[in-house]
Amino acid sequence: MSGKAKAESIVLRTLVYLAAAVTITALAAIIVYILIKGIPALSWDMFSLKYTAENCSLLPALINTVVVTALSLVIAVPLGIFSAIYLVEYARRGSRLVSAVRLTAETLAGIPSIVYGLFGYLLFVNFLGFGYSLLAGALTLSIMILPVIMRTSEEALMSVPDSYREGSFGLGAGKLRTVFRIVLPSAVPGIMSGVILSIGRIVGETAALIFTAGSVAQIPRNLLGSGRTLSVHLYALWNEGLDTEKSYATAVVLLLIVVAINAMSAKLAREIQKG
Amino acid sequence: MKAKTRETVMRIVFMLAACLSILAVLLICLFLFANGIPAFREIGLWNFISGKLWRPSTDVYGILPMILGSLYVTAGALVIGVPIGILMAVFLARFCPEKLHAVLKPAVDLLAGIPSVVYGFFGLMVIVPAIRNAFGCSGTGLLAASLMLGIMILPTIISVSEAAIRAVPDSYYEGSLALGASHERSVFRAVLPAARSGIVSAVILGVGRAVGETMAVIMVAGNQAVVPSSIIKGLRTLTANIVLEMGYAADLHRDALIATAVVLFVFILIINLLFSVMKRRSAA
Repeated sequence: MSGKAKAESIVLRTLVYLAAAVTITALAAIIVYILIKGIPALSWDMFSLKYTAENCSLLPALINTVVVTALSLVIAVPLGIFSAIYLVEYARRGSRLVSAVRLTAETLAGIPSIVYGLFGYLLFVNFLGFGYSLLAGALTLSIMILPVIMRTSEEALMSVPDSYREGSFGLGAGKLRTVFRIVLPSAVPGIMSGVILSIGRIVGETAALIFTAGSVAQIPRNLLGSGRTLSVHLYALWNEGLDTEKSYATAVVLLLIVVAINAMSAKLAREIQKG
Repeated sequence: MKAKTRETVMRIVFMLAACLSILAVLLICLFLFANGIPAFREIGLWNFISGKLWRPSTDVYGILPMILGSLYVTAGALVIGVPIGILMAVFLARFCPEKLHAVLKPAVDLLAGIPSVVYGFFGLMVIVPAIRNAFGCSGTGLLAASLMLGIMILPTIISVSEAAIRAVPDSYYEGSLALGASHERSVFRAVLPAARSGIVSAVILGVGRAVGETMAVIMVAGNQAVVPSSIIKGLRTLTANIVLEMGYAADLHRDALIATAVVLFVFILIINLLFSVMKRRSAA
C-alpha cells in the first residue's frame, strides 16, 4: 500500500472514532450532569399532593402526565391498530385510498409539535370549547402519536406469516375472526414497541401541551380542567424565573422516566428479534 | 347472515379508522389556514414575510428575522450534526464490534428519547455558561442553539444513515477490498457513495427536526426578534415566536402568530415533500 493511501486510511479511521467519541461523550455528559446535580436536589416535599410556591411539588405534574398519557393511548392505540389492519389485511395494494393514507400519515409524522399545539388550541380549546384541559391536550397528542402507532402496527401485522392466515381460513374461520384471534395476537410485541415509543414522545412533549392542556400546577378535578405535565412543569419553572435546584430535581425525574421507557423498548426489541 | 353483517360493519370501521389520518391533515390545514389568512390579508403576504420589524405594540408584523433565525440555527445544527452523525453511522455499521453495537444502539435511541426541555435545560446550564466565559457575551444565541440542535438531530441522522449503509450489498465492500483498497477506503469510497440517497434522506429528516424544534431553542437562543449580526448574538426562530407570545396575544397579534405557524407549516410540507421524493428515488 502506498504511503498516501495509508495516510488517508489513518485519517478516516481517526475521524470515525472521533465522531463516536463525541456522540457518546455528549450523551454521557447530559445524563451524568443531570443525575449528579439532580439527585441531591430531590426532597420529599417535592412529592406532596399539592403544589405550592415553596415546595414546588412535581407530584401533581407527574400524575397529570400519567393521565394524559393514558388518555392519549386509549384514543390513539385502537384507531392506529384498526387503521393498520385496514391497510394490511383489507385494502388492495396500491389503491388510491392506501396511498393517500400513507402520504398523510407521513405528513403527520413530520409536523412539528408546536404546530400540533396551535392546531389543538384552535380546534379543541377554542372551536369545540374544551378550554385549556387535559382532554384537549390528550386529543392533540393522540393525533400526534397516531402515525407512530400506525407505522409500527403495520410493520408488525405485515411480519405475521401468511401461513397463519391461510391455516385459520382453512379451518373455516372468517376474516374478522382470523384478524382478531390469529394475526393480531402474533403482532402484539411489535405493536407494543410502537406504544412504548409513543409513551416516550408524550412524556417528553411540551410545545403541543402548553396551549392545549395549559400550565396549571395542580391536579385538575376532572378531564376538563387544566394541568401541566412534567415536561411542561420543567419549562414553566424556567419561564417563571428559574429555581435551579427544583429544576434539576424535576429534570432528573423526567430523565429517569425516559431511561426506564427506553430500557423497556430495548428489551422488547431484543425479544422480537429473538422471535 | 349475522356473521356476514359483522364482517361488513368491521370492514367499514377499519376503513374509517384508516381515513382518520387524511381527516387529521385536512383539519390541520383548514384550521391553520382559516385562522392565518386574515393576518396575511391585513398585513400583506409580502410585508409579513419580508418585514424586518416585529413590533406587536404598534401592530408592525414582519417575520423575516424569525425566518432567517430558523434558517441560521438549522444551518448551524447541520454543520455540527451531519458530519458527526454520518461518521458515527459509519462507525456503528462498519467499525464497531457486535458487542459494542449492542450497547451503543440503545444509547443512540436514548439520545433520541431525551425530552427537548431536558436538552434545553442542559444547554442553559452547561453550554450557555461555557460560551459566556469563552466569548464574554450573554452566552445565549446562535452558537448555543446550533450546538444544542446539532446534538439533538444526531440520533435521527445516525439511525437513518446507519440503515442506509447497512442496506448496501456486501459485494461492494468485498469487491473494493479485493482490488487492494484498505478497510477505510472501501467503506468511504465504495459503500458510502452507494448509500448516498439514504444519507440525504437522513439529513432532510434532520432539517425537519431542527426547523420544528421549539422548547430547547427557546431556552438557549436569547429570543431577540432581530437578525443576528454574529454567531454569538441572540436570535428568535419561527417556533419560538409562537410559544413566547401566544399566551397573551389578541386580535391581529394572535392572527399574526398563527400566520407564523402557517409559514412554518409550509416550510415543513416542502421538507416532507423533498423527503418522500428522496425516498422514492432510493427505493427505485
